[in-house]
Amino acid sequence: MKFKEIIKGTAIKLGDNIDTDAIIPSKYLVSISPRELGKHAFEGVDPTLPNKIREGDILVAGRNFGCGSSREHAVLAITGAGIKAVIAESFARIFYRNAINRGLLVIEIPGIKDEVKEGDIITINLGESTVTLPTGKKLKFKQFPIEIMKIMKAGGLLEYLKEEKRKH
Amino acid sequence: MKSLTSQIFARALGKEKVEAGELVVVKVDKVMMHDITGPIVLDVIESLKVDEIRNPSLVYIFLDHYSPPPNIEAANIHGRLRDFANKFKIENFFEINEGICHQVMCEGPVKPGEIIIGANSHTTTYGALASFSTGVGSSEAAYAIVSGELWFRVPEPFYIELEGALPNYASGKDVILHILSKIGVEGALYKAMEFSGPGLKSLKVADRLTISNMSVEGGAKNAIFPLDDITIKYFNDLGINLNLKQLEYLKPVDPYNPNMRVNLNVIEPMIAKPPSPADAVPVSYAEGIGVDVGFIGSCTGGRYEDLFIAAKILKGRKLSRGVRLIIIPASKRVYGEALENGLIKIFYDAGAIIGPPSCGPCFGGHLGVVGDNETVITSSNRNFKGRMGSPNASVYLASPATVVASTLEGVIADPRKYLGAKEVIV
Repeated sequence: MKFKEIIKGTAIKLGDNIDTDAIIPSKYLVSISPRELGKHAFEGVDPTLPNKIREGDILVAGRNFGCGSSREHAVLAITGAGIKAVIAESFARIFYRNAINRGLLVIEIPGIKDEVKEGDIITINLGESTVTLPTGKKLKFKQFPIEIMKIMKAGGLLEYLKEEKRKH
Repeated sequence: MKSLTSQIFARALGKEKVEAGELVVVKVDKVMMHDITGPIVLDVIESLKVDEIRNPSLVYIFLDHYSPPPNIEAANIHGRLRDFANKFKIENFFEINEGICHQVMCEGPVKPGEIIIGANSHTTTYGALASFSTGVGSSEAAYAIVSGELWFRVPEPFYIELEGALPNYASGKDVILHILSKIGVEGALYKAMEFSGPGLKSLKVADRLTISNMSVEGGAKNAIFPLDDITIKYFNDLGINLNLKQLEYLKPVDPYNPNMRVNLNVIEPMIAKPPSPADAVPVSYAEGIGVDVGFIGSCTGGRYEDLFIAAKILKGRKLSRGVRLIIIPASKRVYGEALENGLIKIFYDAGAIIGPPSCGPCFGGHLGVVGDNETVITSSNRNFKGRMGSPNASVYLASPATVVASTLEGVIADPRKYLGAKEVIV
């Protein structure tokens, strides 16, 4: 998934401590295809969610998003469902790294849950490190370190490694 | 004081010291994967078109989550991992009879002072043996296998000082559930739990492994115990002689300004209510809740010590009518010892069912998936909604002793009365 500087999408709201079992229940782990996993994304949170999620939606979640198992399938399910970005109050460690390595944009903004309503159209601007709300209000987030930005711009760790290989 | 974790990184870099927060690139000593995370590792390695892995002895592959395979897809995953191991000459390949990755890794492969990553969040387990170990995703495991190294942010320490001594009715599970109940699911996020204090002397390696394992439920990056006489004896019993001179820096030191103090004397049998490992309370707060199924097993509750205490309580008794108890040794080695010492017969007589060494139903894949509205009490490590099967099931986490006591009574029960515990000293 290639990165865009500006990402606009509809917000889907989730709660605190969304674990990777809830993102993709274990019975689907025999597959590693993002398309297949994407069909069941967040089934563990709410079985109706996979049908609700549309290509290009942006997830807005609470604290400790992606806690639990290290399964990279969780990130593949989210990207497979067509989601380009997750904004959360905080992220669990392994999920955060997996997301960057797979080109899923992960943005930490404390207080985001109270700022965004379900269905809000929000705009992420990576260049200026902001999220714009429907009211026009802009929320700042911390700029990514250069090394991380390189991986994200390449579209993930694998694409980054391939690019590096070509250079040498 | 320098944390054990930062000292391990400093040694790996050949430096005097490194600071918490520093980004470092270090060689890893071992990379572990299993039959759920492994296929994605293989995908990444294959798409990089790598002809050979420079150091195949670095790689450890386990068939433990789907052993024996419950369906065609799982059997095919196993086949793919076998082919990969053959092609790249990976000798550390563990077949379906060997047991759970984390247990087997701690029966010889893991050594103090090493830097180990695994494509599994509970890789934090190996900190119990004074190593740095943490879980990563499959892409990063693949990267480390190909390059032999990985970047880390040196974690800030979260010092836990252990006072007193753990009573005979409590175990490592009760200690970590107590810690989680105090700090919450993010209490140690990105941090290195480091244990110290006189209480260490009362914690067996089995207890420490469970504590380090579940540190990740509090967000920890790793959880390390110092190298003391108990660890050294553990390695000696495995027939491994450590070069202690080189490992001097991992020895216990006096506690330094701890972030948290735990008095082991007053640790009670604990139980974590669904759906969070941190929602833990003393078992007396949940006594009387009806249970349908008990599970003794997994990388936090299937070691020999866990089976031993289960057998001690079950001996000469029968399960409550209608209650099922699934017992799964964590490894072939544990299974062998349990067979030799008559534990399996005790389980059989009590009415329990014995499964093959593997992860069992812990992750809801097979060997005891739970149904709608069932209540499970388990010695495993996660009780998230849907973790063991139906999202409408209730999963309680507890020590093996509490699990067994509860399956005898058909309701959540305090194990102390079965263990001849005197009055609790508070």
